[in-house]
Amino acid sequence: MVDISREKLLDMLEKMYTIRYFEQKADELFGRGKIHGTMHLSVGQEATAVGSIAPLRPNDYIASTHRGHGHCIAKGADVRRMMAEFLGKETGYCRGRGGSMHIADVEAGNLGATGVVGGGIPTAVGAALASKLAGDDKVTICFFGDGAANLGIFHEGLNLAAIWQLPVVFVCENNQYGMSMPVQKSMPVKDVAERAASYAMPGVVVDGNDVLQVYEAVSEAVQRAREGKGPSLIECKTYRWKGHSKSDQERYRTREEVEAWKKKDPIARFQKWLLEKGIATEEEIEAISARARQIIEDAVAFAETSPEPSPDTIMEGVYAE
Amino acid sequence: MREITYAEAIREALRQEMQRDPRVFLMGEDIGVYGGAFGVTLGLLEEFGSERVRDTPISEGVIAGAAAGAALAGMRPVAEIMFMDFTTLAMEQIVNQAAKTRFMFGGKAQVPMVLRTPAGSGTGAAAQHSQSLEAWFVHAPGLKVVMPSTPYDAKGLLISSIRDNNPVIFVEHKLLYRTTGPVPEEPYTIPLGVADVKREGVDITIIATSIMVTRALAAAETLAKEGIEVEVVDPRTLKPYDDETVNRSVKKTGRVLIVHEAYKTNGFGAEIAARITEGETFFHLVAPVKRLAGLDIPIPYNRTLERHAVPQEEDIVRAARELMAYK
Ligand SMILES: Cc1ncc(C[n+]2csc(CCOP(=O)(O)OP(=O)(O)O)c2C)c(N)n1
Repeated sequence: MVDISREKLLDMLEKMYTIRYFEQKADELFGRGKIHGTMHLSVGQEATAVGSIAPLRPNDYIASTHRGHGHCIAKGADVRRMMAEFLGKETGYCRGRGGSMHIADVEAGNLGATGVVGGGIPTAVGAALASKLAGDDKVTICFFGDGAANLGIFHEGLNLAAIWQLPVVFVCENNQYGMSMPVQKSMPVKDVAERAASYAMPGVVVDGNDVLQVYEAVSEAVQRAREGKGPSLIECKTYRWKGHSKSDQERYRTREEVEAWKKKDPIARFQKWLLEKGIATEEEIEAISARARQIIEDAVAFAETSPEPSPDTIMEGVYAE
Repeated sequence: MREITYAEAIREALRQEMQRDPRVFLMGEDIGVYGGAFGVTLGLLEEFGSERVRDTPISEGVIAGAAAGAALAGMRPVAEIMFMDFTTLAMEQIVNQAAKTRFMFGGKAQVPMVLRTPAGSGTGAAAQHSQSLEAWFVHAPGLKVVMPSTPYDAKGLLISSIRDNNPVIFVEHKLLYRTTGPVPEEPYTIPLGVADVKREGVDITIIATSIMVTRALAAAETLAKEGIEVEVVDPRTLKPYDDETVNRSVKKTGRVLIVHEAYKTNGFGAEIAARITEGETFFHLVAPVKRLAGLDIPIPYNRTLERHAVPQEEDIVRAARELMAYK
C-alpha cells in the first residue's frame, strides 16, 4: 500500500487539476488568438507528471519535453509566470522568448522543456553526472515519449547513465503515438521498458493513468538512484486526449479509441480512490478543484496585464555576461 | 495557366516523378496518413502505398543515412526532415556520408537523393522550429542546395533535384506553402544553378532567397512609387550558384542589396557579397554591397520580437533608400 501523507495526496490531486485547467485554458486562449504558434497538450496524462515528480525533493531535477506543461506544474512552477510565457510576455519564465515549448526554471530544478524530441535525454544524464561529481544526493527525472525512444540519443543516454551508474530515472510517457505513428509500428518490441535490459537497468511498466502506481514505481527508482545504485527506466502507459498539436487532423486514430481512453481519466480515478478510502470528502475535492480553477484565472489575469518584451532588448540573452 | 499552392506544386512534382520512375520513393516522419506536418504529402500514401510512401520512426539520423544508402544502391529516395532544425540530428549522415561518398570512392559511386525540409520563422514556433540553416549545407562539398521561392520554381526545381545524381538539400519555407502561383500541369525541369530575374530594374539589384524574394518584390512596388527601380534576382539554387546572372544585374545597377532570413554572420549573403566584390563587378559598384539578414539570435517566440529577428518588407525599403544615397 502506498505510504503518502493525506496532505501530499490532496496536493497531488490539486496539481492534477491545475494541469488539466491550465491546458484547457491554454487551448481556449489559442482558439481566441491570444496565443500563437503551436502547443502540445497533455490532457489525459496528468498522472504521469504528478506521480513521477511527487517522490522528488524540491531541489531534485527534471528534464522535460515539448509536452511539458504538466511536468512544469508538478515541479511547483508559478502558474502565473507559465501563463505569461504562453502569452509571450516579459514576465514569463523565459521573458516571452521561449513560449510553450521551452518553459524552464533552472533554479527550481526544472532544466526545461525542449522542442527537439529526445533533446532532453542527454541533458538529464548530464545533470545526474553533475550530482554524482558534486557528491550530493540529488536525483534527476528524465521525461520523454515513446517516439523519443527510437532516437539514437535515447540509447546513448541510457548506456552512459548505466555504465557510470548515474542517479537518473528515465520516465517514458507512452501515450501510444509519436505524432501519427502508433507505437506498435515504430518499435519491434512491445514495451519501451524492455530496452532497459540492454543497459542492465530495471525496466518497469506501469499503468500511467494510475497516479499511485506511477508514484510507487518512481519512488523506488528514485530511492535506488539516491543510494548510488544507478538509473532505472519506468514506462507509463497512458494516452493524450487531444491531437498531437494544433495542426493535427487526427486521421490516424478513431473517435472510439479516444472515447475509450477518456473513460480511464486519471483524475476521476484518483478521486474515486480518495473517496473510497475516506481520505477526502466530495466537498473537499470540490474545493480543491475550485482552487485550481482560481489559480488559472489569476494566472490569466496576471499574464494579460503583463508587459510585452521590448524590441530594444532583442539581442539580450544570447551570451552570458 | 491554373494557379496552385507551393505545397501543391511540391506534391505534384513528387507524384509525377513517382509515376515516371519506380525507383523514386518517399520516407519521413508522419508523411503518410498525416500528410506531413504541413500537409505536403497528403494523399500520396493512398496513391502509392506504404512501400513507396514510408512513415519512419522519429529517427532523423537513419532517415538521412538510409536515404543515402538506398541511393548508393540504386534507388532515388526523397527523404523529409520535418523541420530544418532537425537536420542537426542527421548532420553526420548528410555531411560525412552522403556528401563525401562519391568523391571518396573516386567518382565511382553516386548518391542521388533529395532531402526536403521546411525552414524559416513566422509561425510562432520559437527557437527550435524556425531556423534557416542553408549556409551549413552550402559549406559542405558534394551537396547541392536548392531554395525555391515560388510554386513554379518549387515544382521545376524539385523534379530536377530528384533527377540529379547528387545529394540535394531542398529547402522549403513554411510561410510559402500556402502562397499560390501559375504552375504547368505537365512535368518540367528548371536546371539547378540558374538564377531567375524576378523583376527588372535599373537602380538597385536585390539578391534575395526563399521568402525574402516575396518581400523584396513587395518592397520593389513601394520603391517604384518613389522612382526607384529595383531588380530582384533569385539565385534559386545556392549551390551550384549562378554568378553570371547576378553579375549581369550588378553591372546594370551598380548597387547591391542582399537579403536572406538566415543569421547574418557567415550567412550565404557573405558569400554573395564576396563573389561580387572579388571579381570584375567590383568596378561597377557605386555603393558598398549591403546585407540585410536575420539577427544573430535564436528566433524568439513573442510575435513582435519574432518579426524583428528577420528582415521584413519595410526593412528592405529602408535599406534600398539608403543605398540610393550613393550616386
Ligand atoms: C528530433 C525531432 N524530430 C521530429 C520532431 C517533430 N515532433 C514533435 S513531437 C513528435 C512526436 C513525439 O512523440 P513522443 O516522443 O512519443 O512524444 P509525445 O508527443 O507522444 O508526447 C514529433 C515527431 C521534433 N520535435 N524533434
